[in-house]
Amino acid sequence: MPTLYQMIRFIIRRLIITVFLLIVVSMITFAIFFLIPRLAGQNSYQLASQYVGRNPTPAAIHAIEQKLGFNEPLAVQYGRFAKGIVLGAHYNAGPDKTYCPPPCFGYSFRNQQPVWPMMLSDIPVTASLAFGAACLWLVGGTAIGVLSALRRGSVFDRAAMGIALAGVSLPIFFTGLIALELFSFRWPIFPDLQFVPLTENPYLWARNLVLPWTTLAFLYAALYARLTRAGMLETMGEDYIRTARAKGLPERNVIVKHGLRAALTPIVTIFGLDLGLLLGGAVLTEFTFSLHGLGLFTVLAIQNSDLPQILGVVMLTAFFVVIANLIVDILYAVVDPRVRY
Amino acid sequence: MTRPQRDRRARAMTAAAAMPLQARGPREPRELLDVRDLQIHFPTDDGLVKAVDGLSFQVDRGHTLGIVGESGSGKSVTSLGILGLHQGTNALISGEIWLDGEELVSAMPARIRQLRGSKMAMIFQDPLSSMHPYYTVGDQIIEAYRIHNDVSKTAARKHAIDRLDRVGIPQAAMRVDSYPHELSGGMRQRAMIAMAMSCDPELLIADEPTTALDVTVQAQILDLIRDLQAEFGSAVIIITHDLGVVAELADDVLVMYAGKAVEYGSADDIFGRPEHPYTWGLLGSMPRLDRERAERLIPITGTPPSLIHVPSGCAFRPRCAYADLTGGRSTDEVPALRQTAPGHLSACHLPVGQRRGIWAEKIEPNL
Repeated sequence: MPTLYQMIRFIIRRLIITVFLLIVVSMITFAIFFLIPRLAGQNSYQLASQYVGRNPTPAAIHAIEQKLGFNEPLAVQYGRFAKGIVLGAHYNAGPDKTYCPPPCFGYSFRNQQPVWPMMLSDIPVTASLAFGAACLWLVGGTAIGVLSALRRGSVFDRAAMGIALAGVSLPIFFTGLIALELFSFRWPIFPDLQFVPLTENPYLWARNLVLPWTTLAFLYAALYARLTRAGMLETMGEDYIRTARAKGLPERNVIVKHGLRAALTPIVTIFGLDLGLLLGGAVLTEFTFSLHGLGLFTVLAIQNSDLPQILGVVMLTAFFVVIANLIVDILYAVVDPRVRY
Repeated sequence: MTRPQRDRRARAMTAAAAMPLQARGPREPRELLDVRDLQIHFPTDDGLVKAVDGLSFQVDRGHTLGIVGESGSGKSVTSLGILGLHQGTNALISGEIWLDGEELVSAMPARIRQLRGSKMAMIFQDPLSSMHPYYTVGDQIIEAYRIHNDVSKTAARKHAIDRLDRVGIPQAAMRVDSYPHELSGGMRQRAMIAMAMSCDPELLIADEPTTALDVTVQAQILDLIRDLQAEFGSAVIIITHDLGVVAELADDVLVMYAGKAVEYGSADDIFGRPEHPYTWGLLGSMPRLDRERAERLIPITGTPPSLIHVPSGCAFRPRCAYADLTGGRSTDEVPALRQTAPGHLSACHLPVGQRRGIWAEKIEPNL
């Protein structure tokens, strides 16, 4: 086993890389929102005109141009952008002085409110959905995959893989609507679906999320079942499985302790990335079940061309994915002793 | 398991149970391991693969049997069959495998599992891929020991360190916590041997134990196997295509070709008075350090036969330089394994006198 010192050194190194990654992500996001329009030929006045209300006067546009600093050099603009995320932003130009607390992604076009608090209220919804579904699909998908691999070619295997193929092919707005129609309207087992915070009423929280969880998990479980099956088939053919059997190990131990342990390692990586991405918003599921999470937030932001909101979602999603990557890396080092520290 | 097989097994079991141990009479083998007419066939889409086709041999405690042959001659399939490791595959196994008075082909899978690792153990070819990469060698040895012995983890760990020390791993108390990838090839194979020997098996099967190792390490590993055998009095089967390894270790040698034994005898017989053209070919293709370098090795022409469409008659016929001398018998008739001298058996249609003549005049002087 690695020493504690090696472990801490490894984590610190990964953290430094993660911070660096986040800086790169912020640069790219900045470039998408503020540099590319310029490269496409927009000047700062035109850019500013998107940040003002309908039918603005040229004076109002100039005021916004000043306030948001579009006429300043790009490096200064990026500095302000990054500083806003980390420390908050002061808008001192012009007559009104405002302070946008960190992480500041700007003000929504729609209601002139800072973007971050709006997103913050949506995070619990998406997190509830993502974590719940993740538990379901991880357990369900791998279990089905393992059973399929062990009974390769059996009726169970064929049926499971057929359903899995359907699972990866059917879009959520199809399976979700069918589930809603059947279990919420025709047989109202889960009537009146709306998000109830976990802290308010855990029972209602879980009950109202059962359908979205299942729908979302069905898609991922199908994917994971196929992945696990393939991994398991490969692992069970390895020499060390033969060795485990030659030792006289009961078959159950051979499968779980030797086979599954090795087959699950790549699943960990994919799981981390999938979950990270999902935390940035399960767009289709949230839309289908009218859950006001980050996914729905994103859809509305795009529909309204609300650039600060879109920027906020992009940054947050990137943040989740990068953090998920970090956790996967650390987890991987714990799971697989061959990973170098 | 197919139905007839299961029925046969059930019958064999009741018969064995009904008979007191002493009354089994001539069926009771003297040797630790007695394999009789073993057949291991695999049905495939292309036809029936007769990987092992009527093999018989014996190994006693303290003795070493070398099984030699090209790739695909059925050596490894035989060893896996003895350990019952074809369970769960579609292999069709018949014949008898007697281990210390117990018949294994008809035994319950649970019983075989008890014997695996405790009474019979195996060392594999590539120690890196044969050990689990995620567990320390210590954990893997402890696991093997604790399946068959009801001891505490601490006691098992102490035992593992003892065994690692015994197989010549320096600083065993520290190396017990190493992962397989942290050890060198030779050390890994030593750890593998420590694992196989953890429960003092009476039968040790070594399947190409030195093939994946550096030449310098090979001799050390062979010495180690020999020492352990002397210490534990185990019966050893060493499976290899390297005649040098066999010459080093084996008391008896079984030469396999296309799933059958073509020659079987003491090491002296096989190396000093070989009687089968295939054995001659193997000897001729072995490099010798005590000969001129200018001389070329003599390979056996052709390739090993398909095990689905085995040539009619003698399977070695298409590659045999002396097949014409049999007057057509080699194409029609499968040669039986016949005793030509006490303890020396070979399967060839040529009269034994003629073969001895060929060996003395044509083969031996050119080796």
